[in-house]
Amino acid sequence: MPSQAVLEELNLKELIIGSELSSPNAHGGNVAWSLIRRRKPNNNPNRKMEQLKTIGRELAMGSQGGFGQSKEFLDLVKSIGESRSKAEEDRIVLTEIDTLKRKLLEPDIPKRKLKEHIIRLVYIEMLGHDASFGYIHAVKMTHDDSLLLKRTGYLAVTLFLDEDHDLIILIVNTIQKDLRSDNYLVVCAALNAVCRLINEETIPAVLPQVVDLLSHGKEAVRKKAIMALHRFHRKSPSSVSHLVSNFRRKLCDNDPGVMGATLCPLFDLISEDVNSYKDLVSSFVSILKQVTERRLPKSYDYHQMPAPFIQIKLLKIMALLSSGDKSASEMMYMVLGDLFRKCDSSTNIGNAILYECIRCISCIVPSPQLLESAADAISKFLKSDSHNLKYMGIDGLGRLIKISSDIAEQHQLAVIDCLEVSSYKGNFFEVVCFHVSTLFFFPGLMFLTFQQDPDDTLKRKTFELLYKMTKSSNVEVIVDRMIDYMISINDNHYKTEIASRCVELAEQFAPSNQWFIQIMNKVFEHAGDLVNIKVAHNLMRLIAEGFGEDDDDADNKLRLSAVESYLQIISEPKLPSLFLQVISWVLGEYGTADGKYSASYISGKLCDVADAYSSDETVKGYAVSALMKIYAFEIASGRKVDVLPECQTLIEELLASHSTDLQQRAYELQALLALDARAVESILPLDASCEDIEVDKDLSFLNGYIQQAIESGAQPYISERERSGMFETTDYHSQDHHEVTSHALRFEAYELPKPSVPSQASTTALVPVPEPSYYSEPHQPISTSSSVSERESSEIKLRLDGVKQKWGRPSYQSSTSASSSTPPQAANGTSTHSDGGVASSSSSRPRSSYEPKKPEINPEKQRLAASLFGGSSTSRSDRKSSSGGHKPAKGTANRAATVPKENPTPVPDLLDFDEPTATSGVAATDPFKELEGLMESSSQDGGGSTDVMGLYGAPVKTTTSVDSLLSELSDSSRGTYHQSQTTKGPNSKEALEKDALVRQMGVNPTSQNPTLFKDLLG
Amino acid sequence: MIKAVMMINTQGKPRLSKFYDFMTVEKQQELIRGVFSELCSRPENVSNFLEIDSLFGPDSRLVYKHYATLYFVLVFDASENELAMLDLIQVLVETLDKCFSNVCELDIVFNYSKMHTVLDEIVFGGQVLETNSTEVMKAVEEISKLEAASNAISLVPKSVSGWRGR
Repeated sequence: MPSQAVLEELNLKELIIGSELSSPNAHGGNVAWSLIRRRKPNNNPNRKMEQLKTIGRELAMGSQGGFGQSKEFLDLVKSIGESRSKAEEDRIVLTEIDTLKRKLLEPDIPKRKLKEHIIRLVYIEMLGHDASFGYIHAVKMTHDDSLLLKRTGYLAVTLFLDEDHDLIILIVNTIQKDLRSDNYLVVCAALNAVCRLINEETIPAVLPQVVDLLSHGKEAVRKKAIMALHRFHRKSPSSVSHLVSNFRRKLCDNDPGVMGATLCPLFDLISEDVNSYKDLVSSFVSILKQVTERRLPKSYDYHQMPAPFIQIKLLKIMALLSSGDKSASEMMYMVLGDLFRKCDSSTNIGNAILYECIRCISCIVPSPQLLESAADAISKFLKSDSHNLKYMGIDGLGRLIKISSDIAEQHQLAVIDCLEVSSYKGNFFEVVCFHVSTLFFFPGLMFLTFQQDPDDTLKRKTFELLYKMTKSSNVEVIVDRMIDYMISINDNHYKTEIASRCVELAEQFAPSNQWFIQIMNKVFEHAGDLVNIKVAHNLMRLIAEGFGEDDDDADNKLRLSAVESYLQIISEPKLPSLFLQVISWVLGEYGTADGKYSASYISGKLCDVADAYSSDETVKGYAVSALMKIYAFEIASGRKVDVLPECQTLIEELLASHSTDLQQRAYELQALLALDARAVESILPLDASCEDIEVDKDLSFLNGYIQQAIESGAQPYISERERSGMFETTDYHSQDHHEVTSHALRFEAYELPKPSVPSQASTTALVPVPEPSYYSEPHQPISTSSSVSERESSEIKLRLDGVKQKWGRPSYQSSTSASSSTPPQAANGTSTHSDGGVASSSSSRPRSSYEPKKPEINPEKQRLAASLFGGSSTSRSDRKSSSGGHKPAKGTANRAATVPKENPTPVPDLLDFDEPTATSGVAATDPFKELEGLMESSSQDGGGSTDVMGLYGAPVKTTTSVDSLLSELSDSSRGTYHQSQTTKGPNSKEALEKDALVRQMGVNPTSQNPTLFKDLLG
Repeated sequence: MIKAVMMINTQGKPRLSKFYDFMTVEKQQELIRGVFSELCSRPENVSNFLEIDSLFGPDSRLVYKHYATLYFVLVFDASENELAMLDLIQVLVETLDKCFSNVCELDIVFNYSKMHTVLDEIVFGGQVLETNSTEVMKAVEEISKLEAASNAISLVPKSVSGWRGR
């Protein structure tokens, strides 16, 4: 290559990244790269620039087909590289953007130039500048016929746009076309774009094409199609949920690469739902076995390891499948044992597989032998010089320790009971030694010395392990170490994590209360506001409640020790706000409780806090409340209170505070100081922070008052929900027999739009609007039967009704359409609109108060109702009767008005609802079902066969027959349209065609058509 | 899943970056800067792994490798194996080495689109697609050949498109 010639000529070797590729055997893969660094130091910038220029010119000639860049691009890269400051770079880029804007608008740009412009745009955006003006050009390029431009266009749009960008709509059509292209490179480029640019809404537009590609002739395309489906699954699992069987089938594709790709989506699927894939365990085991036996073609070897990435994926999947499943685990013992024996631990990739085996063993139900080999492997990792392997070793140890205790119980073996951190040298190079006394599975690892060096990652991993190993016997050492480490780091994110771990361990294993409070103080002092506020509240509660023992003495000691430690700390500068809140609260509650400290001493301290942190309102609030408590306790115990002068000024200052909260607290404090002992004691009793305050939610103490008011003619209260929400909510209740969820979101798709019905629904929904008695109807039975006041209440509703109407239809429509859109009982839905009363009176179920009125139903009305709703279908007889039962709830006054309205609607309605669903449903499914059955039978033998790899070696007849069947399917699916048309009649044919057309045009139908595609794609 | 691939030079300039979930330009820059500052602060001869929850959200790890003037960085989640990812970087560099024979930073800078082509053949939509550098090279060469061909003769695709439009 010319570029290389130039490089050598110019002595630019110092920039060379990797050159000599030694054989992986010699030193192991990870050191295969010997880096050549700075053979000839050359610091003269001018000279370097000259060199770069020469290279640029050389490359600019574009002698190396396809990828040569022009001089402008090189100049751009070079000048940006040489810019001395960010400002200079920005200036260069801005001029470049101007140039590009101009150039892209020029007519008739040669293709190579156009590509180059777009690449420059991408480059500029990578440097962090806005290139959005060029997005449209990139989109335009995807439409181009030339592969060069199309690929560049796709590359650019995948880097520029997100899946919700407005321009995506312009690309979807092109993608659809390209997915059907004859040129597999075009297909690949389109699949690449699909992965990035298709969002949940546009998935249906490309899904059929992508599924077709699963049987493409080129394995590269099949692989990418699977990955694209995987991506769809990640974006919206429901969109491809019907395609799961395809993944299973592709597991026995005759190309191992495709099989390997299938493992990715299967891994995701299995991690979501383990149980439905248990049957695959044996297949996975046999695949892994065959991979390790090197039955794959040589080209899948990597550093003399057969298909390591496939092995790793398989191990991960098997770990998922066999976790906690003894029989599944047992199937894997053999192959895992083989892996431990065979794995070459001198290469990086070999260790990767070993580590994966350890991970797998830590998930499954392991055998003692496997545990032992895992322990051996871990000890090798830990003893290794490579930090990477040490890291993996620590990680593996953490995993095994998690399971070891169970095994220990099972096997009555010794447990790792004392993991002591015995020696410790401070500062950065700390040495943590675990003395592992009875490690039953670590025979060769009795004393593991682990030196902690500047490697932060390793250190963190070690602390993670320590965290997992903590017990009450070693908690003190470990938490101390953790806190030291926490103090030493600056990374807030990790500090938070370590702080919360310290707190967790301290809460769980604290040997003594004093220790616990000390640790908490340290955590608050150093991690301060990074600590979750809950931790602070927990601490306060703990101090208030004690450690759960009924020993008041101990609790008091605990409190005293807390108060003492806080009084020490409080004078330190710059404490975190959260800590100060805790301190103030504890001092307020318990500062004077013991009698050791005088009220004026504590209140002085609290005033200091409020002064020193005058910008922090929360702290001030806590301090003032604490002051209030202290004074209250003083007053209650009958001592004379003399408010300190600084406290007085604080109160006065806060009385005029901008914060209403502080103001209120100050006023309360002032008022409290003026009260007598008895009153104060009932306001703020001593040590009552843990007493539950009972809140009477029903406000029952007001009952007498209400009774009085009602007797004197007031109207009883009707809750808001009953006033306004009754129609929708109750509708919902009445309709959903089978759906138990009352107010939850609906997740199933809405049913297909039916042309005639919605219009009817809307008209019937609109009809009642002008009718003022609509809302009052349901209450009429009540009003006739019960007191005057209730009649009045219904009149109130009437008035509310009027208000609603004033705001016009929308409010009405929204309420009614909500009910009409609850699909499965749409027929019922329309009938409820037509007479309103049904809905509202069926609502009586939730509102029990209306229940007793039912018996008063007029039999005449019942008959009317029966005649209106009667007769058409038997399946709805139960509902029919229920609606018949509700019917009479309608007021007599209204009957005349409603009857004519209802008469025309219900009968055709019911028919309409029944017929289309029945025909389209049955007719659309049947032919495909049959086809599916055909495919299933042919694919099953593939899925069940254990010798999957045998298929790769020599494509046996069975697979080819599957393939041909698949291709036939795509043909015959066209045929089935005709077939089905004869069986179905005109209606469904139209529907199918329309649907197909809609999909071709890339329009996203409102819902997935389950009958059409689910069955087709199986 | 792999979340991002980055190549950053020792001065902190991104040479190639690809995010497998969409990020705004600003976010990308922030992440690149964040990753670079993490990498800078690491001493030599330590492990190649970094837990990087603070930048990429919980459970994200980072593997990097330092070659001469470049950092190769992979960011991924818990469903990948760290050591395997380290080898994926190896695959990438091996492929680039075959592609440019004795690859250096300049090659990467000047062959921006080819870099993307190579990367797309190795990692697809955040999953490992191919780890054999010979296979990757074959695919890349075929692409460049066809691209050159399609560039030279623009008549053929026209007729194809006409057929396709039917």
